[in-house]
Amino acid sequence: MAERQELKVVGRPLPRVDAAAKVTGVAVYADDLHLPRMLHCRILRSPHPHARIVSVDATAARRIPGVKAVLTGQDLPIRFGILPVSQDERALESEKVRYVGDPVAAVAAVEEEIAEAALRSIRVEYELLQPVMSIEEALQEPPDEPIHDRAYTRQPANLHRRVNYEFGDLEAGFAAADHVREDVFFFQGNTHLPMEQHSAVATYVDGRLTLWSSTQVVHYVHRTLAKVLELPMNRVRVIGAVHGGGFGGKTDPFSHEIVVARLAMVTGRPVKCTLTREEVFYAHRGRHPVMMWVRTGVTRGGRITGQHWRTALDGGAYGSYGAASVFYTGTLQTVTYDIPAYKFEGVRVFTNKAPCGPKRGHGTPQPRFALELHLEKIAVDLGLDPVELKRQNFVKPFTRSVNWLRVTSCGLEECTEKVLAASGYRRRERRPGRGMGFAVSAYMSGAGTAIYWNDMPHSEVNLKVDRTGVTAFCGAMEIGQGSDSVLALVVAEELGIGPGEVRLTTADTDLTPVDLGSYSSRVTFMAGNAALEAARRMRLLLVEAVAEKMGVRGDLSEIEVGDGRVGDFSFEEACELATARFGALSSTGSYTPPRMGGPFKGSGVGPSPAYSYSACVLALEADARTGLVRVERVWIAHDVGRAINPLLVAGQVEGSVYMGLGEALMEEQAYRKGRHKWPSMLEYKSPTFVDMPEVETFIVETIDPEGPYGAKEAGQGPLLPVIPALNAALHDALGIWIDEVPVTPEKVLRALEAKSKGQPPRHGPKGFPAVDYGAPIRVEPPDPRDMRVGEELEAAFREAEGRRLC
Amino acid sequence: MLVAGGTDLYPKLKRRQFDPDTLIGLSGLEELRRVTGDARSGLRLGALVTLAEAAEHSALVQAHPGYAEAAGLVSSPPLRNVGTIGGNLCVDTRCNYYDMTYEWRESVGFCLKKDGDICLVAPGSPRCWAISSSDTAPVAIALGATVTLVGPEGERELPVSAPYRDDGIEYLAKRPFEVLVSLRLPPTDGVRTAYAKLRRRGSIDFPIAGAGVALKTDGHCVEWARLVMSGVGSHPVEAPAAGEFLAGKQLTAEVIAAAAELAAKPAKPLDNADLNHFWRKRMVRVLVEQALERAATQDQGVLGRG
Repeated sequence: MAERQELKVVGRPLPRVDAAAKVTGVAVYADDLHLPRMLHCRILRSPHPHARIVSVDATAARRIPGVKAVLTGQDLPIRFGILPVSQDERALESEKVRYVGDPVAAVAAVEEEIAEAALRSIRVEYELLQPVMSIEEALQEPPDEPIHDRAYTRQPANLHRRVNYEFGDLEAGFAAADHVREDVFFFQGNTHLPMEQHSAVATYVDGRLTLWSSTQVVHYVHRTLAKVLELPMNRVRVIGAVHGGGFGGKTDPFSHEIVVARLAMVTGRPVKCTLTREEVFYAHRGRHPVMMWVRTGVTRGGRITGQHWRTALDGGAYGSYGAASVFYTGTLQTVTYDIPAYKFEGVRVFTNKAPCGPKRGHGTPQPRFALELHLEKIAVDLGLDPVELKRQNFVKPFTRSVNWLRVTSCGLEECTEKVLAASGYRRRERRPGRGMGFAVSAYMSGAGTAIYWNDMPHSEVNLKVDRTGVTAFCGAMEIGQGSDSVLALVVAEELGIGPGEVRLTTADTDLTPVDLGSYSSRVTFMAGNAALEAARRMRLLLVEAVAEKMGVRGDLSEIEVGDGRVGDFSFEEACELATARFGALSSTGSYTPPRMGGPFKGSGVGPSPAYSYSACVLALEADARTGLVRVERVWIAHDVGRAINPLLVAGQVEGSVYMGLGEALMEEQAYRKGRHKWPSMLEYKSPTFVDMPEVETFIVETIDPEGPYGAKEAGQGPLLPVIPALNAALHDALGIWIDEVPVTPEKVLRALEAKSKGQPPRHGPKGFPAVDYGAPIRVEPPDPRDMRVGEELEAAFREAEGRRLC
Repeated sequence: MLVAGGTDLYPKLKRRQFDPDTLIGLSGLEELRRVTGDARSGLRLGALVTLAEAAEHSALVQAHPGYAEAAGLVSSPPLRNVGTIGGNLCVDTRCNYYDMTYEWRESVGFCLKKDGDICLVAPGSPRCWAISSSDTAPVAIALGATVTLVGPEGERELPVSAPYRDDGIEYLAKRPFEVLVSLRLPPTDGVRTAYAKLRRRGSIDFPIAGAGVALKTDGHCVEWARLVMSGVGSHPVEAPAAGEFLAGKQLTAEVIAAAAELAAKPAKPLDNADLNHFWRKRMVRVLVEQALERAATQDQGVLGRG
């Protein structure tokens, strides 16, 4: 069907479809659910960072009046984990504990207080092991035993995963350079801090399990429950409750979801578990602490000739998404800058801390921070303007990177122009204590591959039309990002009605077709495309029925759809005509990204059907006496392809700036004596309203050829440039480099002291640890103009392979 | 145990830092909600006056702006709407080994202040080093304000500084069943006040250092000055040496800097609050300077500015 000229609802700043329920407090979050005879669950967690469990005695707890069931590790022995290669968690551990907060036992009782009291009477005998609390320690052979079995890790020391790739001829790249620079950086770990704590409620009736949960991934929770509880998937129903924020922190299946399900099965009563705020800090799966080393060769004029990265990620106690995270610290650098030869070595280690995983930007904010600052330093070395140095290396639209990532629409230039013009960066006043910094970034609009290997669509939408109107069914999970609104807008646009007229049923595994979940910035792109396909199919049915009634034959394009009408009929009349003509009406749509990655093992992480781009200028004031930094203003431009709803896009951009500033200035998942130093919302510092500067947001539209109406992601990318822009601005203000985050006033003073003593004016890591990354996988770079995907690309690989074998 | 606004106590009950059998709510005592008097005769604030009321009370703002400012810098707007001026004077000392859940404290090992027998900040120390965290006490003490305590043995009026003790656990020497019922601030009488607060964020946070100043000048030179710091010890820490130094001097930048240096000496931040404690120690001087500058500039033109 041809694109229509004018969009009616897409592109308008319309309110969210769920706004009223959320702001008036009538939305039912998971913890608001109260079912008849419901029991409350509390989970006993390890007080030790690393210990063997010798015995668990719950006899006394079981005797407490009001306690209906107690579970220990033996009741849930099957391992799970979000990635098939990292099935290393148990809902309740029975052999050993690996961090303070590791679940050990669970109680269901008639009151939460009784459950809590019962926990205290469970006797657990531990044999303490030496905790491993840093990357450096984890790289060494452990004094007693590794955190995970060698049979699982197949790695020395406490290593989890190693990757090593070389794309193109690195040696030749550095040989072509006039200047080579090396830097080391450290990005401290931090957590998502959603307003809503994780919560889940389970019932088990007639052999069917239902779980309501505050999750971002109902489908993956569904799979995990079926696996661990040994139930067929058709006996398990997972419903995404109204969601109070995830940011990546609710993207794993969690212990408490499995525990309440088992408790519901054991007791025959509904069971709820809401994590305390402290437990949310332990559930974590947040930003990995990452050490980084980067070496870049450039020509005199600033053109990059080669780049070499080493990263080391502190994964915490479990795998989570870590096998992907380690790739992401080395993959997307090439999507903003054209790097002709590129080497990336990465390692993820296990430590006895809360497990790390994906947080907004998943694995890419850390290297983005390092890369942007590293290029700033190179510009200083060469006496070049950092913006111009970065700019001459920008990737061009519709090119393929040295590591085989296919870039399509790309608004890097437009974004850069917008923020430079608005901020007056080039004309900025140069005064000690005031500075501006510039940075760019890119992010994926959904991962090109699913968490588990399969050929099925990544998103599916069913549309039902009957004499009462239209309902869209989709597994996509609204987590505040606006996925329900986008779904309604797409269907409304295609059927020519208002978004308020589209009824939605989402994130219910019994009722809705599968969407993989709200992670990886995939939902607008993928569910949007699935909805578009379903709605266009439905539209054809309505038009056909109306055409018949109107006596139109042949070209049906004269039958207009819009403003609540289909041709001569109202939308309702059209629905009736179509139902009379075809019977029960439904249509389906789905989206599967094509194969895009290169011909090498591990090429599945990084490819995305489209990349979003951002550019940011940040202005700050820094006090050389106190080291205190005040951000005055942020200008940020984001290439979202097309803004399906500009209000939602601006909200995502501003939220990203907020979160980025928190990471840049204060947030820190810090540990002391083997424990999280401050698992509380008061002591873990995150900015408040009054700490937030003015933000000027510019939406750049490049109309991506594959996104729905040209749309790309907006939920994660805009966080990325904010952090390096702050550190660059600090250099502009005080002439110092803070090569780690968060930037605390003490670090600023230390760098100033170094400067005043004639030492390098910086604060940051002194070096990068020695890591054996193994032998690299060498990959021949693609032709940068090769835009082939899917079958065409695979045929080319087969042909090349055939030639190689001959 | 007594409770007024509950903003300090209730979270602590949840974390099992207190486990009282009985809570006695004071919120029904209407007569403790009043502000009486004026700038000329002095103001009496009932202990249940909320921090928000104190921060915005026009006579109070006029009489002792530094005190009102301190009240307005406590925590966040919702908590100031409930938290009281009496409660802020009595606020429990803080330590990031102590202000944690029962499970966390059990995991790291209980401390002297609650359930344990060692200090985790200074393990060799026989005492508790939890930090005095009242924003309003420093200015009230600097002003020479008094509090009235009522108990079974009758009523007594004491300088605000009197009940505080340099001990993280027994930080408040009230007699059993004694209730703090009011705060009396002296007449303005040319006294200037200011409060400077250090915290990570622009709202919510307790002071990690605070400086309260009250001073009187003869129009030219300082007649007397008192400086009191919060967040740097287990009690509001007075800096008499700085006060003595200031007496008879003009408030020039050099004098302010020298006084701040003296004032900062007794401050001993430890690693039990937000941000690095060496940095906090350095910041005490800056805060005292800020407070002195602000007190000085309440009436520019009279005071010398170096």
